[in-house]
Amino acid sequence: MKKTVAVTTQRSLFERFAAAPHLVWSVLFIITPLLFVAYYAFTDDTGAFTLLNLSAFFTDYFGIFLRSVKLAVIATLICLVIGYPVAYCISRAKPHTQKILLMLIMLPMWMNFLLRTYSWMTILQDKGLINSFLGLFGIGPLHILGTEGAVVVGMVYDYLPYMIVPIYTVMSKLDYRLVEAAHDLGCNHLGVLRRVILPLSISGVISGITMVFVPSISTFYISQKLSGGKFYLIGDAIESQYLNNNYHMVASLSLVLMLILLIGLAIVNHFTDEEGGMVP
Amino acid sequence: MKTKLIELKNISKAFDGETVLDNISLYINDKEFITLLGPSGCGKTTTLRIIGGFESPDCGDVYFDGKRINEVPPYERSVNTVFQKYALFPHLNVYDNIAFGLRVAKVPKEEIEPRVSEMLALVNLRGFEKRNVSLLSGGQQQRVAIARALINNPKVLLLDEPLGALDLKLRKDMQVELKNIQHRTGITFIYVTHDQEEALSMSDTVVVMANGKIQQIGTPTDIYNEPVNAFVADFIGESNIIDGVMLSDYKVRFASEVFECLDKGFLKNEPVDVVVRPEDVDVVPVEKGMLSGVVSSVTFKGVHYEIIVDVEGFKWMIQSTDYVAPDETIGLYIEPDAIHIMKKSEFSNMFGDYSSFSDELDHLSDIVEDEE
Repeated sequence: MKKTVAVTTQRSLFERFAAAPHLVWSVLFIITPLLFVAYYAFTDDTGAFTLLNLSAFFTDYFGIFLRSVKLAVIATLICLVIGYPVAYCISRAKPHTQKILLMLIMLPMWMNFLLRTYSWMTILQDKGLINSFLGLFGIGPLHILGTEGAVVVGMVYDYLPYMIVPIYTVMSKLDYRLVEAAHDLGCNHLGVLRRVILPLSISGVISGITMVFVPSISTFYISQKLSGGKFYLIGDAIESQYLNNNYHMVASLSLVLMLILLIGLAIVNHFTDEEGGMVP
Repeated sequence: MKTKLIELKNISKAFDGETVLDNISLYINDKEFITLLGPSGCGKTTTLRIIGGFESPDCGDVYFDGKRINEVPPYERSVNTVFQKYALFPHLNVYDNIAFGLRVAKVPKEEIEPRVSEMLALVNLRGFEKRNVSLLSGGQQQRVAIARALINNPKVLLLDEPLGALDLKLRKDMQVELKNIQHRTGITFIYVTHDQEEALSMSDTVVVMANGKIQQIGTPTDIYNEPVNAFVADFIGESNIIDGVMLSDYKVRFASEVFECLDKGFLKNEPVDVVVRPEDVDVVPVEKGMLSGVVSSVTFKGVHYEIIVDVEGFKWMIQSTDYVAPDETIGLYIEPDAIHIMKKSEFSNMFGDYSSFSDELDHLSDIVEDEE
């Protein structure tokens, strides 16, 4: 018994030592900036305490926030609906094919993000690719650019790999014998999906949702380019306040957004943890 | 009254051009405990998977209760499987794992509960309902897997090396328990193993397979006492397999001597394989022996000594309760009924000489099989 205790203390000492660089990094670049954000959020230009910046989020900016939530939710759902089956198919392919398919999915991410968004502008605009094509049949032009739909398209395109990869990672580790066992016990294909594959891949789905939803809700570039300046999202609001040197407003908007996201994710995690193993 | 429950007719199967099953035909009777026995890669698991519906044969037909079921998916067959490494659902507890099949079949809740309890009692796991399956021991997981399959009242239970991952003691206990369960439930068991002892002690019928072909089908005693070829003789128990010539009915010559035996029906001077089990050879003084040889090694095995004797360059294995010293010259005595004559086969001269024999090698090949 004594020996084990000695080993654990030794190990934790070593671990603490090993963790030191990370600790310094965290304090310098994560915790300190957060404290600054909090400080700026609760003060005005004179440095006096105020709640005005915070309340602005729920008055002046609440409509923008709701629109951001709406578009991010839609984009995330579309990513999930597209990404889940894609991830499943990739995970079922031969190992070599899996590598190629994953590569193809990641490939667009190697191209500059701005470039990708610009190319969607040229595709969607009134004289763009889609409308030229439709024009051949005498349809259109459809005004796609500048709609919420265009922004959602941009979000889905840019963030879809973030949905596919975590789900694929979980699915590729799924023991295929469990699928056979479920078939053996009377499940048809839908039953296997519902009773085995879905519950066992839920952790991938959660990280996929997180990784798509968070950047979608706070994006500013996609919305600026693809909304054609007709509306803007909470990310754009933060950016424009920043460009106006209104750091207190920037800080408060960011802080509230962050808190809302954290609470939302905590709720999601809580429910899925509880549901794990409870699927009837 | 025996009724055919499952029949395989001329089944062949290849994976990536490599033949795994080569024209296999087999029938399985209702309420029978049948074992598919063979070394790794002999096609036994593939045969089981074809019966379960997880593989479809390239050619040949599978019949269940007289109906052709080649195209019937696994979930519509009244067959359940205990998988090699159990394949329990990690997101479900013991109770939910066992209740899985009934829930899929939409059995009412009030009926599920007593049936799960009954199963837990059958496999000695009462009180384990809420346990996480991944925290159970191998033996307990094994029992859950059996209960999960049996609760669906299958006509046939398929077991794919179910005891392979258990230690020796537990394996012996589970063998007895499985046999009891089969007896009590009256369900047909199709059991796959590479462990010949397991096959002999549990089965009503043993099917010995090698190279994608069935070598022999018979009761455990038939298989042991009357192996059809050198492969079966070698794989089931220990055997000395010697080249011989059948001089006439009841007379065979091997090791430069003529012996009386109980076999007949061979051609005059037909070359044959002669099998003599190590326990059937008696050690006698040289002058009373039919053969004589020099002891090259002696190993104490608990119940007996394992003696390797060099007779004219051929190494015999003999099991005797009497100790003999290495390098001693001894006589060997063999009763006529201890001699078993087999036709020559593709396996002749591949087995049965103990000149390269060592326990370590045997053990190594076991490990390789386990990792399969």
